[in-house]
Amino acid sequence: MSSATPSTHLSARDAGAPAELLAVHDLRLQFRSMRGLVKALDGVDLTLHDGEILGLVGESGCGKTITGLAILGLLQRPQAEITSGTIAYRGDDLLIKSDAQMQKLRGRDISMVFQDPLASLNPVFAVGKQIEDVVRLHKGISRREARGVTFEALASVGLPADKDTFKRYPHQFSGGMRQRVCMAMALACGSPLLIADEPTTALDVTIQAQILNLLLKLRDELGVAQILITHNVGVAAQTCDRIAVMYAGSVVEAGPVGDVLNRPRHPYTIALYQCLPHGRTANELQTIPGSVPDLIDPPTGCRFHPRCSHVMERCSAEKPRPVAVAERHSVSCFWAAERAGIPLDAELPPRSDTGAGLEAGATA
Amino acid sequence: MTLLTVDGLTVHFRIRRGLLKGSDDVVHAVDDVSFALAQGETFALVGESGCGKSTVARAVLQLVRPTSGSIRFMDQDVAALKGGARRKMLRDAQVVFQDPYSSLNPRMTVHSLVAEPLRANTKLSARELEDRVLSLLEMVGLGTQHLWRRPHEFSGGQCQRIAIARALALDPKLVVLDEPTSALDVSVQARILVLLDELQRHLGLAYLFIAHDLAVVQSMAKSIAVMYLGQVAEQGPAADVFGEPRHPYTVALLNSSPSPDPEARATMRVLEGDVPSAVRPPAGCRFHPRCPYRMPICEREYPEPQRVGSRMIACHLPEDFDLSSAGATIAREVTAVAH
Repeated sequence: MSSATPSTHLSARDAGAPAELLAVHDLRLQFRSMRGLVKALDGVDLTLHDGEILGLVGESGCGKTITGLAILGLLQRPQAEITSGTIAYRGDDLLIKSDAQMQKLRGRDISMVFQDPLASLNPVFAVGKQIEDVVRLHKGISRREARGVTFEALASVGLPADKDTFKRYPHQFSGGMRQRVCMAMALACGSPLLIADEPTTALDVTIQAQILNLLLKLRDELGVAQILITHNVGVAAQTCDRIAVMYAGSVVEAGPVGDVLNRPRHPYTIALYQCLPHGRTANELQTIPGSVPDLIDPPTGCRFHPRCSHVMERCSAEKPRPVAVAERHSVSCFWAAERAGIPLDAELPPRSDTGAGLEAGATA
Repeated sequence: MTLLTVDGLTVHFRIRRGLLKGSDDVVHAVDDVSFALAQGETFALVGESGCGKSTVARAVLQLVRPTSGSIRFMDQDVAALKGGARRKMLRDAQVVFQDPYSSLNPRMTVHSLVAEPLRANTKLSARELEDRVLSLLEMVGLGTQHLWRRPHEFSGGQCQRIAIARALALDPKLVVLDEPTSALDVSVQARILVLLDELQRHLGLAYLFIAHDLAVVQSMAKSIAVMYLGQVAEQGPAADVFGEPRHPYTVALLNSSPSPDPEARATMRVLEGDVPSAVRPPAGCRFHPRCPYRMPICEREYPEPQRVGSRMIACHLPEDFDLSSAGATIAREVTAVAH
């Protein structure tokens, strides 16, 4: 990918190559519910480098949004409990920060935009004031200075930077424009990392294309690194530098977008791609047998094994660790590893270990 | 055999503007849409929100009254049908909506949901009713173990199967599918599309398929109409319209739909602006404010749809105008070179 140049050596985790902005490592998270504990995240590993767009792709309930919210510390405790793992932002573990520290960090270092822009904006304040408030809170500058920053933010997302835009209320904008307002607010304080959760799902395709182009422009011109959460493989294919495919609470495959989508290794990624109706008539469509597991009582071992067409005895007994099948391309699957000729046992340390084997696999 | 003929269908809605002054405005929801659908075939209406595709479907189902134009179903003018004949027509044309959770009554069991249309319209004995309900559920891939559950106990895909079973209960000739898979995940979508395809072949159903996802439409429909702001921009065999789009809006729509192949990455030529309001649609060609090739005539005159080969096109551009070389290239070719 021509656009993937800012981060060529992702494997060089400690070699001082392009700075690692965010590293999620073995994140496990559960929710308390009336029916029992929902094991929502089961060891998520993600790495994001400066100026890179990482796509988090998967179907409903796979944990992609939860991962985003966990990074921002937006999950309600004690209902949500992170049981293990680290989320390192520029080497700093976010999980040990206080609420007040996280409050400062949100909007200044890491921002988020959501699927429904109308629900994320306050309907009774003009949008300019809402952006200005965020700027003043984080930067502690005068209203006059904040107004200048607000205009710049509006311009950076392609909205007219004038008083008229400033004074308008959310309902006076179209869906696409509202999403631009949300992005202006997210970026007004210059945060280097934007988490975009299904930012185009509520929009029409021609408007979606405008917003996706804007994401690319933010990456290229302002160097904003992004985590793009989407269920739409096409959106990820057209926008991301790297993607991580999630299934039932784990990342099953991660790597450069071209490798993962054009040469998928994990049986789930392969099956998901064959479900897409693009260029297939209905009788040529492939389907995945069974349905997504209930995460209160998830399958043992690899959570995909009951639906997998390449299931082996080992799959139900232990959870496969990520292994590098190609440069920067990692897969958590015994079958895929065997196919790639990787001696599994050498790569896979015992489960409790968080040592070298995983490092090599998860970030390579 | 032609099952459904829609000719010059126009639907306008009056809306009240202003509290005191009763100045009425008109929403031009659908203007002059015509198509024919044969038995066992699928015709698709594609377009973005507010283009009028659902209103066409609602008019076919007699849920809205057309302002003008005619709808003929099984060689009868549906507007003229009364009483029993009208009820018969409504039995033969069924519908499946986008959101299965809101189209199924949450307090009813699967059994009563599927049995309801049979109870209301037929005089089956209790025994026959049971058999029919079971065979319908089996047809959509559900079993006896699901009979006494309620919609909230099912996933979106399973609910959509229940909605399909309900729609098929009275042996319809036509099923209107209004975004039937838009609320579903791709792996579930694939299974519903496969099911719909099988049902069509076994039962000889005709589908009026409404969707905004071009890839879904492409895999389901033989012929399509691309709509923009209430009017048909381009209409014809799906293979031709998608293979070699001749209307700038079709080109834009295809270019904006993200391909799942990262190597087909576009230097997407993105359409500027938003879809205008259907209350005061732009004069002339309704697409002209966003069209990259607009000419002075486009702002004044509505381009009457012209037959070009196998399809109808409503555009002032000359027939031999090369949309692909004019910069709005379909992405694939561009990046193929870049690689």
